[in-house]
Amino acid sequence: MKNAIGTVFKFGDNVDTDVIIPARYLNSSDPAELATHCMEDIDKDFVKNVKKGDIIVATKNFGCGSSREHAPIAIKAAGVSCVIAETFARIFYRNSINIGLPIVECPEAAKGIDAGDQVEVNFDTGVITNLTKGTTFQGQAFPEFMQKIIAAEGLVNYINAK
Amino acid sequence: MGMTMTQKILAHAAGLDKVVAGQLIEANLDLVLGNDITSPVAIKEMDKMKVNGVFDKDKIALVPDHFVPNKDIKSAEHCKCVREFARRNEITNYFEVGEMGIEHALLPERGLTVAGDVIIGADSHTCTYGALGAFSTGVGSTDMAAGMATGKAWFKVPSAIKFILTGKPSKWVSGKDVILHIIGMIGVDGALYKSMEFVGDGIANLSMDDRFTIANMAIEAGGKNGIFPVDALAEQYMKEHSTRKYTIYEADEDAVYDETYTIDLSTLRPTVAFPHLPENTHTIDEIHEMDDIVIDQVVIGSCTNGRLDDLRCAAEILKGRKVKKGIRCIVIPATQKIYLQAMEEGLLRTFIEAGAVVSTPTCGPCLGGYMGILAEGERCVSTTNRNFVGRMGHVTSEIYLASPAVAAASAITGKISCPCEL
Repeated sequence: MKNAIGTVFKFGDNVDTDVIIPARYLNSSDPAELATHCMEDIDKDFVKNVKKGDIIVATKNFGCGSSREHAPIAIKAAGVSCVIAETFARIFYRNSINIGLPIVECPEAAKGIDAGDQVEVNFDTGVITNLTKGTTFQGQAFPEFMQKIIAAEGLVNYINAK
Repeated sequence: MGMTMTQKILAHAAGLDKVVAGQLIEANLDLVLGNDITSPVAIKEMDKMKVNGVFDKDKIALVPDHFVPNKDIKSAEHCKCVREFARRNEITNYFEVGEMGIEHALLPERGLTVAGDVIIGADSHTCTYGALGAFSTGVGSTDMAAGMATGKAWFKVPSAIKFILTGKPSKWVSGKDVILHIIGMIGVDGALYKSMEFVGDGIANLSMDDRFTIANMAIEAGGKNGIFPVDALAEQYMKEHSTRKYTIYEADEDAVYDETYTIDLSTLRPTVAFPHLPENTHTIDEIHEMDDIVIDQVVIGSCTNGRLDDLRCAAEILKGRKVKKGIRCIVIPATQKIYLQAMEEGLLRTFIEAGAVVSTPTCGPCLGGYMGILAEGERCVSTTNRNFVGRMGHVTSEIYLASPAVAAASAITGKISCPCEL
């Protein structure tokens, strides 16, 4: 899998799927449309500022609340290449893998990375490098089957390709 | 080393004699659930899979409930997508407006969920059926699609937290107060990835509706599932509602738990979760010490608290009283059956005479869909399950989560109140 490299948007604890994509927009399931409202209720300028390849870093329990797969879909469609957090809510974790959004649990990285830092993530080794601060962190590397799911852009393509 | 209730159910569904926490297993599914928001995404994914239809047309439940009756054209298109999929695949348990209800109140009522089942649902509150001794958990749309196609899902076997409930709750304390108390105690990620297993002689003092409410909100503590042992009351419920055979699993005596908490239900007080997390709990006594929390709206309903016990409790308080002028009180029976029963018992008359509005079953306001959206800065006391930023409307609006008793009392006084103050 190719490394992710991008500028960091930083969030705190318990970012819930209602702020990632408010339910008032769930009358659509179109990724491009969902992306235009991504993170709207927590950072209304996020969509304006995010560039393709950028990285979200958050502290604990990222993606808690509703099971809406629209949340990782919106993040991915907004151009985000990876989400790093101290911990993820379990349904969000599963959904992200299933739709091919790379996510990495790493408490140290979540603490040692600030908004605006340039960060690189190596998915083969789990190594996260803060290029701005010159620090590295060891995140959990994906097992091979999860890497394949993400590389196939999601579970369905992965199953079909088998 | 023994197994927990959850581990035993999962072992059986995976065809294994034994499982341990952390083990990855593939389990056979007894039911796969979706609603009008999550199913269209799942259907789109399933269409991409090289499969011939669903694994079992009797083991899929499709319940349009979030934005129905259709709130706008886009929602109508989603519902149409689900309806056509159900027709094309001859899904037995598709519930149209008129026979539907909020999914987690509807499925047990229809006898589709029983003890020993393994259930996944593309809705986070799928954990509700643990009240009947089933393993049930929320998943996303892609997992739902794979479940509908194959009848299987992979799981990491969870470890568990044990909650020993003792004693009898006092008059205005219900299942909602029990679960809010627990979430306040362990936090919104206190049970992350884990089972919450409820045991103890206090369970005998909780009605089935109380237990559904408690299991329903396991997800608000991050739990994978919440589960109760099957006692005589649960068996009676299943016999009344289902013709399906059920299997009772009990935790081994030497089952291992990450943590154990003992909670004396008689010491609990009406509890309210303040904005913007379900863990921000305060007892009614603490609230009495604060300045009045003046409100604009009350919602009584949802998959958490829209059942008959909940409506009876709210009606008992609203009977002969009036919703305070300027306050909107919205009551939403969770299913058509509950609606009808509430009508026959005269509860609907009580609500309407008190000045509340009664809606057809819908998730509507709980997730800020429709039927009670909040304006800028407005405050709502709600019997729903989440009080996140913007959940019920404007990003500056506020939700206070409470029991039907506190919600009804607050509708009368216009501020957060206990029925004991009336």
